[in-house]
Amino acid sequence: MATVAAVIASTHHPFYYRASTSTGADRPPFADEWVAKITSFRETLTRANPDVVVLVGSDHFHQIWLDNMPQFLVGKAPFYDANWYNEEREFGLPKMFFKGQEDLSAHILRDGLDAGFDLAFSNELRIDHSVTCPMITLRPQADLPIVPIYTNIFAPPLPQPKRYVQLGQMIRDVVESWPSDKRVAIIGTGHLSLELGGPRQFGPHGPDPEFDRKAVDWIASGDIEKALGEVSLESLWEPGNATHGFLDFMLMMGVAGAGEKADYVDSLDLFHTMEAYFTWYPKGDGK
Amino acid sequence: MSKYLLNKFLYTIDRDPDLVERYREDPRGTVEWWEAERANVILNVPSSEGSTWLRFDDVESEALATHDYPKLFELGAHPFLALTLYIAMFERDYTEPLAFQLEYAQRLSHFQLPYPDIAT
Repeated sequence: MATVAAVIASTHHPFYYRASTSTGADRPPFADEWVAKITSFRETLTRANPDVVVLVGSDHFHQIWLDNMPQFLVGKAPFYDANWYNEEREFGLPKMFFKGQEDLSAHILRDGLDAGFDLAFSNELRIDHSVTCPMITLRPQADLPIVPIYTNIFAPPLPQPKRYVQLGQMIRDVVESWPSDKRVAIIGTGHLSLELGGPRQFGPHGPDPEFDRKAVDWIASGDIEKALGEVSLESLWEPGNATHGFLDFMLMMGVAGAGEKADYVDSLDLFHTMEAYFTWYPKGDGK
Repeated sequence: MSKYLLNKFLYTIDRDPDLVERYREDPRGTVEWWEAERANVILNVPSSEGSTWLRFDDVESEALATHDYPKLFELGAHPFLALTLYIAMFERDYTEPLAFQLEYAQRLSHFQLPYPDIAT
């Protein structure tokens, strides 16, 4: 059976690519520290020596639209083009291209459906920065085959938070039952407190540093119970109107497992939102 | 009131570079053209099989035609869609980094939690 070589949860800041590649007067003052932190974070994936990457994120109204809105969708395609015109326009993101691990997509769909998750699927999916950002930060050579999984954190009505945790638990179980000798990294990205298109956007910090501090503690300690006790679909509006992206962090807590402390934890307080990086090595693998 | 149609306008303009420029330069004309020609197009469906019932009310079309993004926020348009498109149109007019984004926040500063409902 396949080995889960690493579980990684991260924010997906679309400005990292531009900040890290800019030079001279264009280079922001925080870029060097950010690059140093990302370089260290990248090593946690490299050390796990993965063959395949499962990428959990959320389409930002690129291919997925309100006339046909899935809650959870698995990409099942041999290839994936990536990044969109408006991401190039606003963030300077490059066009990218990935090979798909289609047999793992099929396995996740079959066993996920049988486990009670009515997963949608896509045979032609152009992926966006929610799943390309972690490849830019963690695997810039983008040389590993992927399975993208999208969640709806964006367009109400959303599933309840516990459902994201359960989906993460299912993904972990199903990857571990994949009849393959490959090493799989499961990487998911979300947000801490975040405001987009509202009065609290683009402040000197994230809109709710207290929420961010608690959220990092929940994730780092694997305290699913506490996170579920304090977070609801209604409460997530309070730290910022885009904070439902935290549901993908909760999903990744489900992948990592209840009570599992992260082996690597780092964060960076930036304008607009806090960056946070977590890596778990299941069964001590890669430590 | 149709939050869905407001979002559909923002979404379909934002993903087309020519329409972004057209909406920037001629907002009222673009809104009138779009409502007549595009509002009832179901994306990914042949135009002959479109919808027949989608239209803006006066408040919605006026908000779009005047680039009134605080009003769009009040009406429950998706804030990510509005922000993305308005950055594309107007960030270029500001010299300081994030100046447009911070002005955008300031112009919404009268809103308190709970914000207008964005569910469609």
